[in-house]
Amino acid sequence: MSEVTVQFFASLREALGKDRMTISLDGSLSVSDLVIKIGAQEDAAWQTALESPDILVAVNQTLVERSHKVQPGDEVAFLPPVTGG
Amino acid sequence: MAALIKISVQSADFDIGAETAALAIAGTGGINTFLGVVRHQNDNADVRCLRLEHYPGMTEGQIRTIIEEAENRWGVLAATVIHRIGDLYPGDQIVFVGVASAHRGDAFDACEFIIDFLKTRATFWKKEFTPDSDRWLTTRQTDLDTASAWQSNEADSR
Repeated sequence: MSEVTVQFFASLREALGKDRMTISLDGSLSVSDLVIKIGAQEDAAWQTALESPDILVAVNQTLVERSHKVQPGDEVAFLPPVTGG
Repeated sequence: MAALIKISVQSADFDIGAETAALAIAGTGGINTFLGVVRHQNDNADVRCLRLEHYPGMTEGQIRTIIEEAENRWGVLAATVIHRIGDLYPGDQIVFVGVASAHRGDAFDACEFIIDFLKTRATFWKKEFTPDSDRWLTTRQTDLDTASAWQSNEADSR
């Protein structure tokens, strides 16, 4: 599989108007570089929204740093601040 | 011995009596429960509806991790976390945390720890609808402070 699934939740999903997308990926790519790629594919405003320090990132349902290398087949999720309980 | 753990993220309501009774497994000396309810007012505005969503799979995994952390700190025989999603209305039950322990101190502490971390760490999002507007809620600073206090407690005890 040479693509990654990207998901957006809550306020981010509403701001972007999309809950998921796929990005083609040949090799590994850091989360930061993936955000740049998403911005190039969609709109520069997406990159700005996804680069916000308030947004956490999970890869395969585990929180990661922006330097984490995303691999083809991974599930990437961008998470606004959580409000459970 | 690993605790008996029940985790459910669901739109359906739940019966706190049945959930509490189910925690009374062999060896239990005390059960502490927390029930969260949708407030009628929030930040001086009337709440019409709360819409909750989660990240299926990740959220349940995070709750399991939170319960396992509680198990590592206190004597926990059984723990249940039920969290509702979807549209909820003032007065509705929203979250249940129940912990069974041999002695009450462990049950009180573990229950409080679990709800404090649910508020700040688990991937749930709330959208609040008032008569005038709607907005995505953000994490309260007081909740973040409460959760980080547990972490400094842990550092102190080392």
